[in-house]
Amino acid sequence: MKEPLWKKLTPGSVILEPGSSAKFKTGSWRSMRPRWIEENCIQCLFCWIYCPDMSVIVEDGKRKGFNYDYCKGCGICALECPGKKGNKAIVMEKEGS
Amino acid sequence: MGKIVAVTGNEAVAESLRQVNPDVCAAYPITPATDLMQRFSSFISDGKVDTEMVLVESEHSAMSACIGAAAAGGRVATATSSQGLALMWEMLFIAAGDRLPIIMPVVNRALSAPLNIHGDHSDTMGARDSGWIQLYSETAQEAYDNAIQAFRIGEHPDIRLPVMVCMDGFIVSHSIERVEYLEDSEVKNFVGEYRQVNPLLDIDHPKSYGPLILTDLYHEYKRAQHEVMTKVKNVVLEVASDFEKLSGRKYGLFETYRLEDAEIAIVILSSAAGTTKDVVDRYRDKGIKAGLLKPRMFRPFPYEDVAAALRHLKAIAVLDRADSFGGYGPLFSEICGAVMSMDTKPPMINRIYGLGGRDYMPDQAEKVFDELIGIAETGKVGAIKEYIGLRE
Amino acid sequence: MTTIPLRLKELSRQEDRFAYGHRMCAGCGAPIVVKQVLMATDYPIIAANATGCLEVSTCISEYTAWKIPWIHSAFENAAATISGVEAMYRSLVRQGRIDDRQVKFIAFGGDGGTYDIGFQSLSGAMERGHDMLYICYDNEAYMNTGIQRSSATPFGANTTTCPAGEVIPGKPQNRKDLTRIMAAHNIPYAAQASPGHWMDLMKKVRKAFEIKGPKFMNIIAPCNRGWRSRTDDAIMLSKLAVDTCYWPLYEIENGVTRITVKPREKKPVTEFLKGQGRFKHMFAPGHEWMLEQAQEYVDREWERLQKEAAFWAEEEKAE
Ligand SMILES: Cc1ncc(C[n+]2csc(CCOP(=O)(O)OP(=O)(O)O)c2C)c(N)n1
Ligand code: SF4
Ligand code: SF4
Repeated sequence: MKEPLWKKLTPGSVILEPGSSAKFKTGSWRSMRPRWIEENCIQCLFCWIYCPDMSVIVEDGKRKGFNYDYCKGCGICALECPGKKGNKAIVMEKEGS
Repeated sequence: MGKIVAVTGNEAVAESLRQVNPDVCAAYPITPATDLMQRFSSFISDGKVDTEMVLVESEHSAMSACIGAAAAGGRVATATSSQGLALMWEMLFIAAGDRLPIIMPVVNRALSAPLNIHGDHSDTMGARDSGWIQLYSETAQEAYDNAIQAFRIGEHPDIRLPVMVCMDGFIVSHSIERVEYLEDSEVKNFVGEYRQVNPLLDIDHPKSYGPLILTDLYHEYKRAQHEVMTKVKNVVLEVASDFEKLSGRKYGLFETYRLEDAEIAIVILSSAAGTTKDVVDRYRDKGIKAGLLKPRMFRPFPYEDVAAALRHLKAIAVLDRADSFGGYGPLFSEICGAVMSMDTKPPMINRIYGLGGRDYMPDQAEKVFDELIGIAETGKVGAIKEYIGLRE
Repeated sequence: MTTIPLRLKELSRQEDRFAYGHRMCAGCGAPIVVKQVLMATDYPIIAANATGCLEVSTCISEYTAWKIPWIHSAFENAAATISGVEAMYRSLVRQGRIDDRQVKFIAFGGDGGTYDIGFQSLSGAMERGHDMLYICYDNEAYMNTGIQRSSATPFGANTTTCPAGEVIPGKPQNRKDLTRIMAAHNIPYAAQASPGHWMDLMKKVRKAFEIKGPKFMNIIAPCNRGWRSRTDDAIMLSKLAVDTCYWPLYEIENGVTRITVKPREKKPVTEFLKGQGRFKHMFAPGHEWMLEQAQEYVDREWERLQKEAAFWAEEEKAE
């Protein structure tokens, strides 16, 4: 007989795997999609520090792309992006367009 | 062998806590439990225990801090009564649901309104469905012994549940009795070292306690919690047997008194069982086959064992020191549950006694036994539930 | 002590302690607060969390966004719960049963869980002197249950329990000044911060962690659902709150008040209010008095804070 589900639960509903929310992809919530325009980027990293979803990828201190698995498309990064000479390095576009 | 002393129930339980030496206690004063924690606090001030005391601003916070401390990973105790337990209510379920073995002596006291500070069981009966193990004590000795055993039971790796150790307010908490203490080293060895599974303080392996769990798994978690309760009985008996080897004092799921060949019996909790036993003796002297059953473990309730012990009776009275307004007394309901499995069910009555500390006198037990004699003869029950010991 | 320089480039090299995959609404301010707080320090941290948006969205079934030990038990008791954790830590360290690894303790609560139902537990924990930092992420209403007013909700705001109606135009009362109330506990550190000013926020967290004893930080955390604003304006609004002096950034360290960020030019409070649907009715004809009253309140409080800070600046000079 198959072991019932309730027997497999962690006692006290304690979650043992830190950061397991990574298995839950929130990217599908997005209706707007941020696009990074590298040539306008001054590497200020404001988008990174303000993103509520840790979806701005920074490697070795350098701004890379977005993590679209989790980005919810809120647009904070785009709004806060100072850009170069008034040209934003992040623009929001309709998802799927 | 430890020493023999003359102490109150509160003193005895405070002594048991000193001997167990919990890592954290969080407490808030309330009559008649105040005195217990005051005594324990003086052990802390005198450096007799290693306990970190958290003197919180409410019982809700006391239980919350106990939950935090127990999840952190260590031995935790507190104590309370009545309104204090009621204020903790929300957190009781969380302690049990999180599987945290917090040990809590509860000095039973009536609930408001009207305000009353004396003993009855409405407080712990109100918390009977919280997922805590409940042990009831007749005397200061039992309270002391139960408190020590509670640590072993609650902290048992198969169990890991919180335990309430109940004793009657004032009648036991404040009356001086003869109590035999165990040696400190005996208690220390008996309870052993406790290791929390999944402690929060294991910072190299971060855990999350207290998730939101909706319709997908809540039902399963509760099923799992029920399963743990089914294992408590054996652990209680195993711990009792070890305790007997140590102390010579015998404990079970319940105590029976002259019940084996009895025809009529009273089922009653805690200190009032003492008075009732005297009355049983008197009726036995008169040639009437009276007996008594005193549950010790009320949660989980040992239905089958109680049924087996009551099966041969011709009439049973269940005496409740708590009421369920618009319902039967809580102990009566459980005995009904036990009796349900019998082919021939003995007639039963429910008598509510001793609320708000009203004295329970031998004549009340006598009246109940007299009524049971009639019921046993005729098989006829009048009112199922009635109050006894009411003033004229 | 955390030594990593407060520069984004350097900070970005740290490992995240708060993971993606949490289920806060898009553009919510609370997770920005949490990530900045955890990023500010490299001490090991154990956190308690009051029931509310942050808690329900970060720890559901088998998914947790927390990479630090974390506990939620109920709504009104994050401070009491963390007191228990901290007490156990102290007990076991004192008994030599675990090493002292300089663990720091945080409690997170929303404004409802802090100003209102959790106020007693918070006050008690602060008075007892636990070594902990309580952080209120203040989104100015009970958001998790659907935007009901709390004692942090500002005057005039439209919430589901104080809706702007024909007779009563939103919340009649001013908000409770919890930061001052916490400072009045004479704790060693109380501060107000904003995620729009990340450097100021992180400096405060760092300072708090170098102080033994109870600390309190009140951090504004815009909620676009409840504030009826846009999903991209959490940082913009938390900056405007500071620039209008609606949410001054200051700290009270051992009784000494210091304004940590002074707006270059104090903007009218309407700049903060106008982008938010919860204040929309205040801009309707006939409701001018509401805007005036909101401005008067901000002016009065800002004036008071400046005087207080000036007094302490004088005192410090005299010393
Ligand atoms: C004792 C108790 N009362 C009420 C609730 C319902 N409740 C859950 S979260 C919440 C509101 C939380 O508001 P707040 O603390 O401001 O946090 P937010 O959700 O805004 O982040 C309420 C009222 C509860 N869980 N427990
Ligand atoms: S759109 Fe929002 S979630 Fe996506 S990267 Fe930008 S700030 Fe982060
Ligand atoms: S309702 Fe508000 S506070 Fe709650 S998650 Fe959404 S944006 Fe954040």
